[in-house]
Amino acid sequence: MIVKLVSKNFDIPEAYTLPIAREHGRYASLEKLFKMSPDEVTTEVEKSGLRGKGGGGAHTGEKWRLISPKNTKPVYLVINADEGEPGTFKDRQILEFDPHLLIEGIICSSYAIGAHHAYIYIRGEYVFWMNRLQNAIDEAYAAGILGESILGHKYALHVTIHKGAGAYICGEKTALLESLEGKRGHPRLKPKGKEPEWFFGNPTVVNNVETIASVPYIINEGYGAYQMYGTKESPGTMLFGISGHVERPGVYELPFGTSMKEVIYDLCGGIKNGKKLKAVIPGGSSVQILRADEIEDITLDYESLKAHGSSLGTGGMIVMDEDVSIPEVMKSLFEFYHHESCGQCTPCREGTGWVDRILAKILAGKGTKEDYQTILDACDMLNGKTICVFAPSVAFIAQSYLKKFKDEFEVLIK
Amino acid sequence: MSTFSFNHINEEKFTALLERYPDKSSLMLPSLWMVQYQEGWISLDAMQYLAKKLECSAMDVYSVASFYTMFLLQPIGTYHLQLCKTLSCMLAGSKTMQEHLQERLGIRAGETSKDGKFTLSLVECLGSCGTSPCMRLNDDYIENLTVEKLDALLEELSHDR
Repeated sequence: MIVKLVSKNFDIPEAYTLPIAREHGRYASLEKLFKMSPDEVTTEVEKSGLRGKGGGGAHTGEKWRLISPKNTKPVYLVINADEGEPGTFKDRQILEFDPHLLIEGIICSSYAIGAHHAYIYIRGEYVFWMNRLQNAIDEAYAAGILGESILGHKYALHVTIHKGAGAYICGEKTALLESLEGKRGHPRLKPKGKEPEWFFGNPTVVNNVETIASVPYIINEGYGAYQMYGTKESPGTMLFGISGHVERPGVYELPFGTSMKEVIYDLCGGIKNGKKLKAVIPGGSSVQILRADEIEDITLDYESLKAHGSSLGTGGMIVMDEDVSIPEVMKSLFEFYHHESCGQCTPCREGTGWVDRILAKILAGKGTKEDYQTILDACDMLNGKTICVFAPSVAFIAQSYLKKFKDEFEVLIK
Repeated sequence: MSTFSFNHINEEKFTALLERYPDKSSLMLPSLWMVQYQEGWISLDAMQYLAKKLECSAMDVYSVASFYTMFLLQPIGTYHLQLCKTLSCMLAGSKTMQEHLQERLGIRAGETSKDGKFTLSLVECLGSCGTSPCMRLNDDYIENLTVEKLDALLEELSHDR
């Protein structure tokens, strides 16, 4: 089941140091890279069908193409390492075990889009991972892999780590850029057409850690090799993080299209303590929940999860056993979403709090019949009336909990 | 006039960072971090100092500093215990960990012990769901928490200093 394209070096001791990393193939793609034109690199990535692994699933090559060839301004690459969606803990494995893979990916990607400076925006809590990454960057500079001329080639690239300070919304790419510009992490209004992002008015690409770490394999082995894995619309592999009530939680690299049941029961050893499965949140906490009876024929890819009314998101699965109280789960998530709403749009700032307070009331045994409907009404107020997708996601998940586990709420409501 | 100023090391860091961004205003978060590591927290005084340095208003600095949860706008204890309470950690028993910590330390979440040694905070997702429950002790992660593990840790810390 497991395929190791990105996670190949995870089990090699000290593969986070440059000598060991090089021994095991890191930076080998650069030789090939500099023989290709930036356009050819982008084409290769485009053909591979590589999709963003931070939750949105946008096609990476298409994103890179948004930088106009006529552009004369400086171009920037920004790596989104602001991981922190409940259930999502995959990118830290790359930072911990193979930071040189990320740097190699950054070099390939920056070369393709014509960037000479890349920023890695990493969540403030990840101090250990930040230090490890900084050591790797320092090693790369000292070895001439980063800096004014990369491995003697006429191409300059600098990489700077930027430390976040505890705001979930900064994982949203425009909020991340606002934060990088030294402001509050408020998402920006979306443009009408397709555009790159803008960092101080300069065209910028924002990509997730795992996405960028997938690029060296594509350059080395070619797009065809990457497409050998996965499905038509979801080529390649993804790092799936499984947490909650399974015997062996952890991060596993799997080709898209793997059966969810096999992952839970075979790879992760089934439900803890011989209990029965109740529900699964498939892709980080901001996607719709699935009941145990709904996962029978689900495969882990964009198509299958969409067809089953949920999303692949970040691939962070949270598994829950039969003893879990769904209203309590929903309350926990709403505390999270209320706390993490950036506060820019009133429906989100207030709405997440309303739902949180109503859930508290219901759990305290003081719920009334109207409360169920009030939450649904609040969801209508959250959906489509704000700048970013934070509030609509919250509305969709709330609706899925209420609909799929209605009986559990009814028991609590007098 | 603010009485705060960067120490020698931070002053050098600040100058070096200026080279790495297209605009000075990007230094806002790094500067706030430098203040926090230098002083343990971020005072209004320090914010006025940063405003001058970053060529913005003190209100701009305050607006940013107060937005991000990790910036401390008041002093805290020597050991900051930040226990994750979000879903995966909740499913793995973070509530039990919280109750145990509160009992052992004699404080509630959000409070600092009388001797100024421990501050207990509840935080949202730490990105450690596969090794839950999880807690941060200052800058370090402590994962797969158990009551026994917490006891051993508190024992060790109480002998410190």
